[in-house]
Amino acid sequence: MTGMRQKTKNDLLMLAAGIVIYAVVQTLISVGFIQDYWERNIVYVCINIILATSLNLINGITGQFSIGHAGFMAVGAYVGAIMTVKFGLPLAGGIVAGALGAAVLGFIIGLPTLRLTGDYLAIATLGLGEIIRITILNIPYVGGASGFMGIPKLTNFTWAFFMMLFVLFFIKNFVNSTHGRACVSIRENEIAAEAMGIDTTKYKVMAFTLGAAFAGVAGALFSHYTYIAHPASFTFMRSFDILTMVVLGGLGSMSGSIVGAIFFTWVSAFFAEWPEWRMVIYSLLLIILMLFRPQGLFGNKELSLKMFGRLTGGERRGTAQGN
Amino acid sequence: MALLKVTNLSKSFGGLRAVSSFNIDIDQGELVGLIGPNGAGKTTAFNLLTGVYDPTEGEIMFDGKSVVGLKPYQITQRGVARTFQNIRLFSELSVLDNVKIAYHFHVKYGLLETVFRLGRYFGEEEDLDKKALRFLEIFQLAHRKDEIAKNLPYGEQRRLEIARALAAQPKLLLLDEPAAGMNPQETQQLMDMIRWIRKEFGLTILLIEHDMSLVMGVCERIYVLDYGSIIAQGTPTEIKNNPRVIEAYLGEEVH
Repeated sequence: MTGMRQKTKNDLLMLAAGIVIYAVVQTLISVGFIQDYWERNIVYVCINIILATSLNLINGITGQFSIGHAGFMAVGAYVGAIMTVKFGLPLAGGIVAGALGAAVLGFIIGLPTLRLTGDYLAIATLGLGEIIRITILNIPYVGGASGFMGIPKLTNFTWAFFMMLFVLFFIKNFVNSTHGRACVSIRENEIAAEAMGIDTTKYKVMAFTLGAAFAGVAGALFSHYTYIAHPASFTFMRSFDILTMVVLGGLGSMSGSIVGAIFFTWVSAFFAEWPEWRMVIYSLLLIILMLFRPQGLFGNKELSLKMFGRLTGGERRGTAQGN
Repeated sequence: MALLKVTNLSKSFGGLRAVSSFNIDIDQGELVGLIGPNGAGKTTAFNLLTGVYDPTEGEIMFDGKSVVGLKPYQITQRGVARTFQNIRLFSELSVLDNVKIAYHFHVKYGLLETVFRLGRYFGEEEDLDKKALRFLEIFQLAHRKDEIAKNLPYGEQRRLEIARALAAQPKLLLLDEPAAGMNPQETQQLMDMIRWIRKEFGLTILLIEHDMSLVMGVCERIYVLDYGSIIAQGTPTEIKNNPRVIEAYLGEEVH
């Protein structure tokens, strides 16, 4: 039972670390040390981490290259807002409804499109993301082109942080299970996965649906933070932003997605005062990263104590042997 | 009763008949070889048996039930596991994870138990680790368990692929050129291993091979495939002396 104790211990340690981070940041916000602008960006970091790790589940873990994530975020944002504004539900109801709405759509879209692979899947998901946005744009019930206004600001740092923590634990536990391994095996070699008795379609659709659901969570948090849900917030540029976070951190690495999301959000925030330079510096950073570390900051590895050990020259395994 | 009974199996790709009127019978516990010149349709036959291709005609009965039209994963779940001619490991994963994935369809815990780490999750995961490690020990790969699969030397990758196929707990194991790229000494070890796993796991094995020393040394019965049809079958000695087989391999005698 050592394995069980070790896993539970690690989980509790991570949970404790999360609560400490929460307590510190919340205190700093309460005493006014962190002001409006940075508080806003901290909430965005949490939302972006949800988006990046959920896209990583589809693109990095399962290896299905989807770039329509903004569409699912939009569905979550609008469905969540409808629930709170039109039906008077609390934020929790909005988040759950947003997640379910995005999940149902993800399932319906995933079933036919996940037969495609590689570039074809990317193009299909890109198109579907746009279809979702344009559809919303033409529904007067949710404000059409002028956006869904009058959404109460219900999201705060506490909501964003704990939803993020929930999503992170969910995905981490999923990945470290036989279901997660089934997804990874599809990425590694779909034919072999199938030959090992894995229903590849089922797991592709499952990863896609879960990823969409979490994008819905992020969308609901987002629209309840910005007072308005506007179709212009969910263009394919948003999808690319999320993809950039994932690739920056390293496809397939959850810690990479987290670091990628933090890095991306803060670079954007720092350069907000020089909007004309922002994209230049940002693109330069990406080019440099792709030249020197095309696999992303973390590759497909996870951040762990062992990694620190190796960085400091502690434990070195001979990986040069073989080929 | 035959474990695998294939009758009149045919597969056409457009105008090309890759396999036609393919008939084989394999009994429980047999070790059978399938040989034939290059392009005879051996791998196509394997792909038909494992559901990668749907046959144009014919019937495949496994364990008394038809498996025609089933997807590859469903056939694997019925008890047919295979290896590939060009090794298909999960190359970026650890050796241990490669084997653990093969257990996937035997695992019972569901999604909720996974995410909230409840119920059967810990027990089954622990069990899985133990079983996978035991397999690695059998195949002398235990010391490599944390190595990334693609970093293994070629012979060990082949062994790992067989270990992974066996971890799916099949009744019938299909080996597609298991000795490809091996030196004579490794081939000899492989022969011993094939004999041993058949006895140990009570398996039925069908193997495709080019290496005649391996086929003749290890198989009890051999089918010879040429231009998509079975042209001969029998014991290794019968096959060696069969004029049609010699003709297929070496060409006709000049008169």
